[in-house]
Amino acid sequence: MSQKALQKIVETYQDFILGTHDQHGDETVIVMRDALPDLFHFLKYDPDLAFDMLLDVTAVDCVKMRNEPDGLPEGHRFFVVYHFRSLGLRQRIRIKVPLSEDDPVIPTACGVWKGANWPEREAYDMFGIVFKGHPDLRRILLYDEFQGYPLRKDYPLRGYQPRIPMPTLKGDPVPGLEDSK
Amino acid sequence: MSDSNQLTEKNSDLRTEFLHLQMGPSHPAMHGTVRIKLTLDGETVHAADVEIGYLHRGMEKSSEAHTWSQVIPYTDRLNYVSPLINNVGYAMAVEKLLGVEIPERNKYIRVLMSEISRIADHLTAIGAMALEIAAFTPFLWSMQAREEFYRLIEEVTGARVTSAYTRIGGLRDDLPEGFADLYQAAEDRLLRLMDDIDALLTKNRIFYDRLVDVGSISREDAVDLGFTGPVLRSTGVDYDVRKDHPYLIYDRVDFDVPVGQHGDNYDRYLVRMEEIRQSVRIIRQVLRDMPDGPINIDDWSILLPPKDAVYNSIEATIAHFMLIIHGIQVPAGEAYAFVEGGNGELGFYLVSDGDGKPYRMHVRGPCFYLVQGLETMIKGQMIADIIPTFDSLNMIGGEIDR
Repeated sequence: MSQKALQKIVETYQDFILGTHDQHGDETVIVMRDALPDLFHFLKYDPDLAFDMLLDVTAVDCVKMRNEPDGLPEGHRFFVVYHFRSLGLRQRIRIKVPLSEDDPVIPTACGVWKGANWPEREAYDMFGIVFKGHPDLRRILLYDEFQGYPLRKDYPLRGYQPRIPMPTLKGDPVPGLEDSK
Repeated sequence: MSDSNQLTEKNSDLRTEFLHLQMGPSHPAMHGTVRIKLTLDGETVHAADVEIGYLHRGMEKSSEAHTWSQVIPYTDRLNYVSPLINNVGYAMAVEKLLGVEIPERNKYIRVLMSEISRIADHLTAIGAMALEIAAFTPFLWSMQAREEFYRLIEEVTGARVTSAYTRIGGLRDDLPEGFADLYQAAEDRLLRLMDDIDALLTKNRIFYDRLVDVGSISREDAVDLGFTGPVLRSTGVDYDVRKDHPYLIYDRVDFDVPVGQHGDNYDRYLVRMEEIRQSVRIIRQVLRDMPDGPINIDDWSILLPPKDAVYNSIEATIAHFMLIIHGIQVPAGEAYAFVEGGNGELGFYLVSDGDGKPYRMHVRGPCFYLVQGLETMIKGQMIADIIPTFDSLNMIGGEIDR
């Protein structure tokens, strides 16, 4: 479906490619983190790619996988998975970026696609992946006092969370205002 | 201190301040699942922070502890207005991983049930939007029409909402006897009610004034924010998964994709109205062309064997046992399957490590991205316009919060 796009990415970013596959018809490029902010621009603005829709950002914790995950370098634990689609060229691609446990930091895509904001917050919320340069990196589905990252494989299925103290009555910060007492 | 000084004070010297308002989650128009922290300048929205997560149930985590088949009921609860589309999407994702081809009749039934659900979904959106700007009658009419379709769904699946109808590689059951007649009665009722709703709303001065140029979003912003479905189409982009990446039998049916021009609430209403009519068109063709034949694949390592065989042969008993205890053994790999849900592209990203349970299951809910764009749509608008804008997105908490 989008072999050409895949080829173009591989040719342009040769030094950063860790692997590619098109399992079940989904073209996938596994790429090192170092290629990132640059690769985002390339994906969106190159006329042969033109991936103007960011459909999804999520992550996978590979720590308990029974098989050897494709393209995951030694000492790495997470994959951040992006799904893109091009409106004009009607093609799709999946980009996977491996991250290590000690340094789960990755550049944000918010500057290129506004829609990356919430899904990146969700990946932060669920996996503890830090998106560097994100304008508003807070938990999104869970509350701020939540401890741990529930979709990591070492978080138990029925994890217990401590009680949190009653919030103070000062009020929450309001966006767009410096001082909101 | 003199009174004359006070009288000459100009308007611009008067002290004004922003008002902070919490809208929801216990607000009838927020459907109990969203809170908007508003900063108001008079009646105008200066800033808004949309907060979700009130319906978070850890569905993705739970899925990792269940077999592939046991996840199907969870998918009902994603979009509880059109659960059958979720069932179909999930089953398609697992079938993609397994690499199995389902029988023809199954494909037709899945399309049929998806379109019936889409009609119910759009009727809910239209009815609720009308209700919340105080048009009560069309709401009752759309609920009446929706009930007809819920009854059809109940006839087929046994439940109005929590259908759990698809199986991996099959369906729970074939269509009941005389389904075409039941459908025809529902369709007649629907089209009559649609004409009534149309007559009462589409050219209604109040409805028109409340919706036109309200909650507008530009084409560029909508694409950038990851919008899909009727909300994206209302801005003039003709992206419809059913047309652009046809799945099941959508390439064999004839239908149009309505698009809007301005991306405002009124266009979204019109797009949904037209999509209901197009769904009716699809269903007619599906019922006309539906072939006879099996609905399930013939593979006991994926689908449970028939009860008769389980009781009377050792092979079937073993297959039954293995499926119940260990689940379907899905080969290692990853797949992203997507369908056109009621609100846009509904995607399932599945990762398998060769076990009987999903290693990772992620849902790309269309509403997640729509609600993300809500702030852009209501900024600078009047506070009273938040309600119809929010409703025109047809926000479904189940698939946002998961």
